[in-house]
Amino acid sequence: MDLLEYQGKQLFAAHGIAVPGGEVAATVDEAVAAAERVGYPCAIKAQVPIGGRGKAGGIKIAADAAQAREHAGAIVGMDIRGPRGEGPFRVERVWVEAGSDIDSEHYASVILDRGEKKLLAMVSAKGGMDIEAVAAEDPEALVKQHIDPTRPFAAAEARPIVDAAGLDEDVREEVAAALAKLAEVAMAEDASLIEVNPLVVTNGREVVALDAKVTIDNNALYRHEELAAIDAASVTDPQEAMAREKGLVYVKLDGNVGILANGAGLCMSTLDVVAQAGGEPANFLDAGGGSKAEAIVDALTVIGSDEKVTAILFNIFGGITRCDEIATGIVEASGQLDLAVPLVVRLDGTNSERGLEILAAAKLPNLHQEKTMLDAARKVVEIAGRPPAADAGVSERGSRRS
Amino acid sequence: MSIVVDNDTRLVVSGLTGREGSFHGLRNRSYGTYLAAGVTPGKGGQDVEGVPVFDSIREAVEQEGANTSMIFVPARFAAPAIDEAIESGVHTVIAITEGIPVLDMLRTYWKAKEAGVRLIGPNCPGVLSPGKANVGIIPAQFFDPGKVGVVSKSGTLTYQIGNELKQAGEGNSSIVGIGGDPIVGSDFIDVLRLFEADPETELIVMVGEIGGDAEERAAEFIAAEISKPVVAYIAGFTAPPGKQMGHAGAIISGSSGTAQAKKEALEAKGVRVGESPTETAAIAVKALRA
Repeated sequence: MDLLEYQGKQLFAAHGIAVPGGEVAATVDEAVAAAERVGYPCAIKAQVPIGGRGKAGGIKIAADAAQAREHAGAIVGMDIRGPRGEGPFRVERVWVEAGSDIDSEHYASVILDRGEKKLLAMVSAKGGMDIEAVAAEDPEALVKQHIDPTRPFAAAEARPIVDAAGLDEDVREEVAAALAKLAEVAMAEDASLIEVNPLVVTNGREVVALDAKVTIDNNALYRHEELAAIDAASVTDPQEAMAREKGLVYVKLDGNVGILANGAGLCMSTLDVVAQAGGEPANFLDAGGGSKAEAIVDALTVIGSDEKVTAILFNIFGGITRCDEIATGIVEASGQLDLAVPLVVRLDGTNSERGLEILAAAKLPNLHQEKTMLDAARKVVEIAGRPPAADAGVSERGSRRS
Repeated sequence: MSIVVDNDTRLVVSGLTGREGSFHGLRNRSYGTYLAAGVTPGKGGQDVEGVPVFDSIREAVEQEGANTSMIFVPARFAAPAIDEAIESGVHTVIAITEGIPVLDMLRTYWKAKEAGVRLIGPNCPGVLSPGKANVGIIPAQFFDPGKVGVVSKSGTLTYQIGNELKQAGEGNSSIVGIGGDPIVGSDFIDVLRLFEADPETELIVMVGEIGGDAEERAAEFIAAEISKPVVAYIAGFTAPPGKQMGHAGAIISGSSGTAQAKKEALEAKGVRVGESPTETAAIAVKALRA
């Protein structure tokens, strides 16, 4: 789960990392009232879980109440896409933040290094810009050090990389302390990514986190009640919310071919094969290992409620999952739901013959069987046709990352 | 030969008295795996269909000669259970459990490394050596004994490819599910090394997916250390950035971890990458018969 900037900053503040004062607001009036309390100049910042907000027009500085109203009016409700096509995310909240008196902008992060199986602290004197670009153009400007995850990371251990990064001498101790606290946040809050870009030094020589990008490990939410509540409230897409309620693993995509498969790998592969056949997947839905009839009904309810979907592909390779149970689930679902779109079903693996017999006996209208994954993908793409024009639907979705 | 599990495997199952643990543990036994013991704290002295249950893994090691542990314990108790297995004296730990916090796994990973214990998983379907032993939840009926080693982040995708190999008349030396979590005990490289040393394995199929850089690292390793042919498949070309696709580890972060980058890294080192599971199996069959 990715926290919004203000949620990340609240987490920082709780661990003693300096952040600018501010207030969160959901409407233009609330934003203006917040700006009056925060004082001018202040920044009105769109709260969406992606980078590149400034370039997209999601961050503006207000010098007075009139400007606060103008900027908040432009930002609240706008749709922002990330630099790599993430989203779009609708701005439902803005963070109204006291202006900072900036001398210099830097970069600090603590991330999970999957390859080395350690946490990794990074610092750079160059901040406020795309850090991947900095790393590509000037690798030495980004200084790294691994952290032992079994014990606290002390400021004294962070000091050498802060020295190596070449920050101003008078702030090095404070930056090292901030880096140690970021590591503390990672370990205490189960964050697998914490990025501060920029970490600023003010004219008063204070070290302040001006932005916060925090990713929390979903598997650890059970031990963080407040973060779990944020996660639960973060799902605004209607299908994603419904799927979560039913305990299904679902991700909304932009296309019109509904997808249901068992197992995460097979499901990803199904999306790819559908795309190769010229189709556009509408979703990822992993029905899981032991998919029972009830789960099939739930899955079809979620996929079928997406108005863009014009056909649904069922791709099942039964291992522990038995194809006869899946087939029974499809027949039951067809009886319970008023599914308007055709289904293409491919059943293979455990008890597949029995499953195919059940489907054949039910004589469901609008159901097509295919023997292989590739044939099923071609068939569903043929039936689904082209998705409706891209500009309808897409910009009105306001989906959010989970 | 085969790798990780075989006729010498003496299995102890943590969670054998639970529903999933007993179902799969007994299934593994009926396949021919030697099921030495089960472990559930507080239930020592009981038995599950004739399999003795102990309070600790160490007791199962000492009294029944267990050498391989399978973990079927709920996520929030799984890391301590894996730690217990690492310290018990078994040489291999296979963790099936999904949903273990990544920070817990980081710590457990290093414990296993320091103890010299082979850890497979978590969030994996286990290991099958056809005709010898099955430890985990892999449906053995889709795999015959043979010459193809399979190492995979995904369960069902492996069954799909294994079944296509079987239909083409080919079998497997071992199938190793390494798991779909960001931190797993054994990476592609660890398993590739075992297949390289296994005389029964003539070709290796590697099944990867988006997220992390294990496939890129494997590509480097294959070029440097693997003499046997490797065929790969990567899932997740259509996955959007920033979205977790089912597996905790299957996520594109920024510009890293994309399927395209993994495919290019492998192809740059001469590894054939199939466009679909079907094509991957077909390439493997053709290479075996070349």
